[in-house]
Amino acid sequence: MNALASLGRRTLDILARMGRATFCLLQILSGLHSVLIRPRLIVAQMYSVGVLSLPIILVSGLFVGMVLGLQGYTTLVDFGAAESLGTVVALSLVRELGPVVAALLYAGRAGSALTAEIGLMKATEQLAGMEMMAVDPVRRVLGPRFVAGVFAVPLLAAIFTAVGILGGYLVGVGLLGVDDGAYWSQMQAKVQWGKDILNGVVLKSVIFGVVANWIAVFEGYDAVPTSAGIGRATTRSVVNTSLAVLGLDFILTALLFGGIR
Amino acid sequence: MSTSRIVETLVGLFVALGIVALFFLSLQVSGISQLGGERSYRIYARFENVGGLKVRSPVSMAGVRIGRVGAISIDPQTFQALVELRIDSQFADLPVDTSAKILTSGLLGEQYVGLEAGGADAVLKDGSTLKLTQSALVLENIIGQFLFSKAAEGSGSNAAPAAKP
Amino acid sequence: MSEFSQQTAPALVRIRGLSFRRDTRAIFDNVDLDIPRGKVTAIMGPSGTGKTTLLRLIGAQLRPQLGRVEIDGTDVHRLSRRDLYVLRRRIGMLFQSGALFTDLSVFENVAFPLREHYRLPERLVRTLVLMKLEAVGLRGARELMPAELSGGMARRVALARAIALDPLLMMYDEPFTGQDPISMGVLVKLIRTLNDALGMTSVVVSHDVAEACSIADYVYLISGGKVVAHGTPAELGRADSPWVDQFMHGLADGPVPFHYPARDYAADLLEDGPNT
Repeated sequence: MNALASLGRRTLDILARMGRATFCLLQILSGLHSVLIRPRLIVAQMYSVGVLSLPIILVSGLFVGMVLGLQGYTTLVDFGAAESLGTVVALSLVRELGPVVAALLYAGRAGSALTAEIGLMKATEQLAGMEMMAVDPVRRVLGPRFVAGVFAVPLLAAIFTAVGILGGYLVGVGLLGVDDGAYWSQMQAKVQWGKDILNGVVLKSVIFGVVANWIAVFEGYDAVPTSAGIGRATTRSVVNTSLAVLGLDFILTALLFGGIR
Repeated sequence: MSTSRIVETLVGLFVALGIVALFFLSLQVSGISQLGGERSYRIYARFENVGGLKVRSPVSMAGVRIGRVGAISIDPQTFQALVELRIDSQFADLPVDTSAKILTSGLLGEQYVGLEAGGADAVLKDGSTLKLTQSALVLENIIGQFLFSKAAEGSGSNAAPAAKP
Repeated sequence: MSEFSQQTAPALVRIRGLSFRRDTRAIFDNVDLDIPRGKVTAIMGPSGTGKTTLLRLIGAQLRPQLGRVEIDGTDVHRLSRRDLYVLRRRIGMLFQSGALFTDLSVFENVAFPLREHYRLPERLVRTLVLMKLEAVGLRGARELMPAELSGGMARRVALARAIALDPLLMMYDEPFTGQDPISMGVLVKLIRTLNDALGMTSVVVSHDVAEACSIADYVYLISGGKVVAHGTPAELGRADSPWVDQFMHGLADGPVPFHYPARDYAADLLEDGPNT
């Protein structure tokens, strides 16, 4: 009976949390106009979520591309289809790995930092202080971070994908001897702009950007204002973002690239 | 002031890098530059069987891609497949007796339309139809024919039990 | 508790029948309280009696279950969000931690409310910020970051920021806690002089009896969710209630016992432990 009660309470907690998260997102969205007229705030945040995430995105993108090149080659060469390496690398990156891995790396690098920063601002009464100065912290603190993040994630995903394709090129053409022209022409013959690039890199990563930043700023704003509470919130931010991104990716892939009727 | 200037510059660089990456993906990876819808003209070809040909399958001549398949439909009179080929404008002046075959790239590869130029002086115009076509080779038919001819060889002059599969 | 004849000026803040509970624990139970205009009012009581909560209720950061809080005649909990934010521009609050923005310099911290609410030319912002910093004696520290300030200096910067918009009502949350005697003296002097010079109304929440009494014109004592006593510091100093006497003079034992409720000491000692 006790277990049942605690299960019920936990369910209610989760529901209440989802309600608060939704409310928080609506508040951010309703204050968007006041954020967008102050591009300086967004630029400052773009620096911390975008520019500072570049190194990890560049390095991971390169290595993921190189691994794809190596693995793709060993598989394809058995079928005498090594010339299709460009297609394999580009399609995997453009449709899936680019947006997904970029979003996961973003959650670890920038999302966790956002959560911790906002949580700490809450714990040190900076948010309450702002409220008493008649400044809405949702608009002043959460808004610019959210907007900057939503801009940054698709850009990071595009950079990750491009660098990955170059990484595949380095390994495939540079080390394994795939024909230079074939790498690009096979890729160009199969990768379609609307279906693959627009749906994959652009649309998916915009959706992932909204979800990742929403979770990150909400977890910070909703954190229990103690050091343990901020730690928990940061963990939750990364875990929930990763789960949401992977789950959404399945749904989006099914919707955008078909295969499930 | 100078630190905020550096921040602004770096953010600008970041955004520029992202846009360059998107351009790279659009132009170099997806080959969008090669399918500009307006700068192409259409010719038609009828086939008995198009096999695995798809819309957007390549159209090539002498191994060079010169266009894509625009549409595939059924001609309601002849019940043949009517394939619309979109040829890039730069490859105008194809002779009227150009022939079209449906070929397969490699053993398991995708099917594409191969064009072979003839010797006529007159050229194809937008909307013309190719006269000479060869349908896709359907693997089952080939294997069937092969077995059939083997059987015919093995039994000497005996009549085949079944004329056609 | 319903007679407020002592006040000469009409109250700026009127609290009537205020009840607030957190989960099931009642923090306030039917509290009536008046903050007279232009005076320094101290709200004192033992730790954990919800004095900070009271300030948050006045600032409408929390909503009471029952009762009204009126500032200058308007019920703050009935205001729309927009009107509440307009009202808050006229309320300053000094948080216990200072709540300075750690990524902004002292100058930018004080400039923050000005920049958020008004589009002022940079020269005017500079003049206003330097005036506020001069008032708390930290004009020279404008380039420092909050992490480089001592606790007392941080609180003074926060004070400069709180008065940046020239508030009507200034609330201080435990301004003396954790301060050395010198910065405590500075703060005591600042609260009094700012109140008189800027014509503000001040509310000081504190449990430092000596300091609070030295600047307060009027004192409320809160305990157990109720107003236990109120009056001028002199009146309360000679109150005949033993509890007030104990609190005001800081006696170790009295109506509030030294010992947390326990069984008889001797019986406790003699009883066999669980493992013996």
